[in-house]
Formats: sequence, C-alpha cells, structure tokens
Amino acid sequence: MRRILTLALCACCAAPAIAADMNITVEIPSLKVAEYHRPYVAVWIEREDHTVAANLAVWYEMKKGDGEGTKWLKDMRQWWRRSGREQSMPIDGVSGATRPAGQHRLRFADGKPPLGTLAPGHYELVVEAAREVGGREAQRIPFDWPAKAPVHLSAKGSEELGQIDLDINP
Amino acid sequence: MKHTLARAAFCAALVLPLAAQAHKMWMVPSATVISGDDAWVTVDAAVSNDLYYPDHFPAKLDQLVITAPDGSPVKPENAATGKYRSTFDVPVPQKGTYRLALVNQGMFASYEVDGQKKRWRGTPEEFKGAIPAGAKNVAVSEMASRVETFVTQGSPSDGALKPVGKGLELVPVSQPNDLMAGEKATFRLLLDGKPAANLKVVAINGATRYRNAQDEMDTTTDSDGKFSFTWPAAGMYWVNASTEDSHTSVKEAKNRRLAYTATLEVLPQ
Repeated sequence: MRRILTLALCACCAAPAIAADMNITVEIPSLKVAEYHRPYVAVWIEREDHTVAANLAVWYEMKKGDGEGTKWLKDMRQWWRRSGREQSMPIDGVSGATRPAGQHRLRFADGKPPLGTLAPGHYELVVEAAREVGGREAQRIPFDWPAKAPVHLSAKGSEELGQIDLDINP
Repeated sequence: MKHTLARAAFCAALVLPLAAQAHKMWMVPSATVISGDDAWVTVDAAVSNDLYYPDHFPAKLDQLVITAPDGSPVKPENAATGKYRSTFDVPVPQKGTYRLALVNQGMFASYEVDGQKKRWRGTPEEFKGAIPAGAKNVAVSEMASRVETFVTQGSPSDGALKPVGKGLELVPVSQPNDLMAGEKATFRLLLDGKPAANLKVVAINGATRYRNAQDEMDTTTDSDGKFSFTWPAAGMYWVNASTEDSHTSVKEAKNRRLAYTATLEVLPQ
C-alpha cells in the first residue's frame, strides 16, 4: 500500500515535468490536374486577437534561384499578412521544402522551439495551403492551452487541404 | 497630330476632376503585395471610361513620381506611352511601401486675340507675360491633381507616405496595402496639409465592363478629413475625391480645381 502511494506520488510529481506536446497531421490531397505543383503550406498558432503565437512550419520552394521561391510566399495570404511579411526566409527550425501529397506528421514539444511556451489561453491552429496555378485554402482548429486531458481535434479541407488532426497531450 | 493628341490628353486630365463620372484616370500595378527581394511590378496608367480598360487616353508619364520606402525617388524602367495607355516597370528591392503618383499641377488660360481663340498652359512661374497685352475674354484657372497607387514588399511602412502639403492628398490610417474584403479601412484627406473636411469620396470596384451598374459607394470626410469604407468584395478599387477653391497662386486665376485618386487593392479573406 505504501509502495503504491509512493508510486502514485511519484507519478503526480513527475507529470508536470513531462512536457506537454502537440501532434499535428496535415494531409495534402492528391489532385488530378494537368499541371501540378506541390503546394506552399504554412502552419501556425494564432492568439484570439489574431496575432501569431508561433510559426510551426512553412513549406516552400527553397531551391529555385533568383528569389523565385520566395516570390510566391505572399500567396499564403493569411499567413503573409499575420506573420510572413515580417519574417526573413528561411526560418530556422520552421521552414522547409515543399512536400508531396500524403499525410505529414509534425510533433512539437512545450517549451521547445518552434512552439515555445504558450501562455494559458484560447488559440487557433491555422493551416494554409496555396498552390501554383491552383487554389488556396485555410483551415482553423480552435483549442485551449494547456489541455487538462488528452484532446483530439480535427478539421477537413475541401480543395487544397485534406484531413487536419491536432492531438494535444497535457 | 501628336501635339493634338497630347493636348487632348492634357485637356482630358484637366477636366477630369469635374467630370469624374465621364473619364477616370488611374494607375494599376501588376501586384500590390509582394514577397521576395528581386521583385518588380509593371504598371498601366491611363484615362478611361471603364475601370480598368484603357479606352480613351494614355496617362502622361512626365508627371510620374515614385517614392521608395526610405523616401528616395525611384526612376521607372521601360516606360512607354501607347495609343490608349502608358506602361512602366518599377523594381521594388526595398522592404516597405512604395508610393507611385502622377502629380499634375499647373495653370491654364484661354483668351482671344483679334477674334482668335488661344489657349495657354504652364506653371504659375511661367504665367507672367504669357497672356499678350490687349487679349480679351481672358479666363485663367489653376489645377492640382494627384493619381496614386501603392505597392508593398514585405512589411508595410509609412516612410514614403508623408504628405507633401500641397493640393489634395491621402494620408493612411489603415495601411493601403493591407486591405481585406469585409474589413473597414480608414484614410484621411488633406488639402494643402490641413484636414479636408466635408468632402465627398467615392469608391468603385474595377471590372465595370462585366456588370450593368457602377456600384459606386460614397461617403463624406469628417471634420478631421477622415473617411472609411467597408469593402464589400475583393478587387481593385478606384477611390476619388475632388473639390474647388480660390486659393490660387496668381491673382488672375479665379479658382483652383483639386482632385485626388487612388487605386487600392482589396484582397479576399
């Protein structure tokens, strides 16, 4: 009994030390179009006043010369307005090359960049995709931070985004 | 012929403020929100009936003043004037907001000598001695108009947007390259650097050729010169105000015509 109590106590003490984390799955749908280019995708967290709490991912064409890759960043209109236009690319630990169609898993830990430490409150996860000679779409998932228990949230895109999953572990 | 055309264009520009419903002067940039340091914009400038289809006269590019975010002047590249429109390119290497302006300031006079009708145009400095002694039916007026548009690379800035203090000018309260459909935008109009109060301002979305109505929105500036529009849809809006006063540079001119026009791009949410 005493041992169990000790164990329980340990678990209680240990819990806050295990950092909360956030797992995000972004699905890029495969599209049957004549001219396909991988989409530019931005993933970020917005506060209630729409200011950006954290940029989590920006996938864009990094290899092209002559600034041709950065030229289209503004097509992710919401991200560009909220945060992108303030950034100098590439963003360390955030930006990366465009990705193919399929599901892409991202994991972020509390207290570590790029998520950092979020103040307790109400937020929105925003995923925006813009495709050359294609369309543009943004999906939002509201969530509270920190979570008291594991939370699973999702949104479904209709054109340029597929299933978006957000799992928060306290 | 060329002269006649130029004069006709000039006259069109002169009567523009008072006949804004007939001909509209504008500049339309190929993009207003830009990312990347190597970016350029290409701009069309014309006087037309429909927005933004060049169908009347090209704008005169000798009036073009481009200001970079750091306040320095920028020279247009590849400038050309065609039958119906003028066009030019602008490199936008600096981060911030560029102001592109067609500044038209001048005087014009009409008079008769020996029963012959004559016309004169020029600057207030050139006016002295311009009208021959003994001329009859002398009518002199002055005009100041400004046709503008804005382009921002990276984050908006206001270094290029400082008012000159002459004629009708727009001072942003809302950033002119941060406009979204459904949102309210506020600006301030100044007349010779002071609030232009109680002035009617109109806004018309472009692509008028593809609808039956102009769908003109209008509002009036408050005592501080401020006015607002809530953009009903995305598009390239033509925003215009005009007025007249008697603050002329030379006593022979009875009145001064003033106009301000901006092309403002509103993006979808």
